[in-house]
Amino acid sequence: MNALVESGPALLFYLFAAIAVVGAVGVVTLRNPMYGALSLLATFLSVAALFLLRHAEFVAIVQIFVYGGGIMVLFLFVIMLVNLQRLRESRLFNGPLPAVLVLAVLLLGLFGWVFVHAPFGPAFDQPELFTSYIDQQNTLHQGAGNTEAVAWALYTKNLLPFEVASLFLLVAMIGAVVLGRRQ
Amino acid sequence: MTVPLSWYLILGAVLFAIGAVGALTRRNGISIFLSIEVMLNAANLTLIAYARQWESHAGQVVVFFVMAVAAAEAAVGLALFIAVFRQRHTIDLNRINLLRW
Repeated sequence: MNALVESGPALLFYLFAAIAVVGAVGVVTLRNPMYGALSLLATFLSVAALFLLRHAEFVAIVQIFVYGGGIMVLFLFVIMLVNLQRLRESRLFNGPLPAVLVLAVLLLGLFGWVFVHAPFGPAFDQPELFTSYIDQQNTLHQGAGNTEAVAWALYTKNLLPFEVASLFLLVAMIGAVVLGRRQ
Repeated sequence: MTVPLSWYLILGAVLFAIGAVGALTRRNGISIFLSIEVMLNAANLTLIAYARQWESHAGQVVVFFVMAVAAAEAAVGLALFIAVFRQRHTIDLNRINLLRW
């Protein structure tokens, strides 16, 4: 029992990593985009669980809301709007399968090269730092939640990018409405 | 036992490679978008893993912005596909070749 608790995070990592990879392979290989989208949903949810394992609680919830909720609904609606019957007969991939696999191996080789040569930096093992923040009066708040700490980082140091992102989303929304409108 | 950073980096690389292969080789426009979402998620996973490694919130904030970009990309891209579908009655990218020489 003790050994199980000890290796719990590793087991959870293996479980969710396996689901994420299987989901991603499903996205690429499934012919019907509807199944591909549902397979992508499995990837989204397991990546959210991996965020939780990495102590990013706020981002994990946002991942479920934005990806699992918003973007997934958008995809499913569009898949239902466009006619799928014509696509079923066409070939799945643009090139021959060996070329695809060579491409995948080359990409992984590139990542592996970076992985071997890049410095990882120091590993801190102070989780209490991760749930603390320093406010404008230079007082250290400890034991705050992850959401509170991320909010401080977001609304003080990154306020301008945050406002730009909101403007960007507004522009994207207007653009989507204009493009999708019936002429 | 905490899970080491390298495991997350390897998983991120594998997910990104799968997504890149899908985005570069699929013919169905919607499948290409789904593959791009896989790539964005792989990048997010790497950022979150590094945020924990360096005990900094900067990585989590960047992930927040990446999600905003992903949402905008999905909205505009899918609206484009609907507009193209109205004109050409297909989203097979081999048949949408007006701008290809």
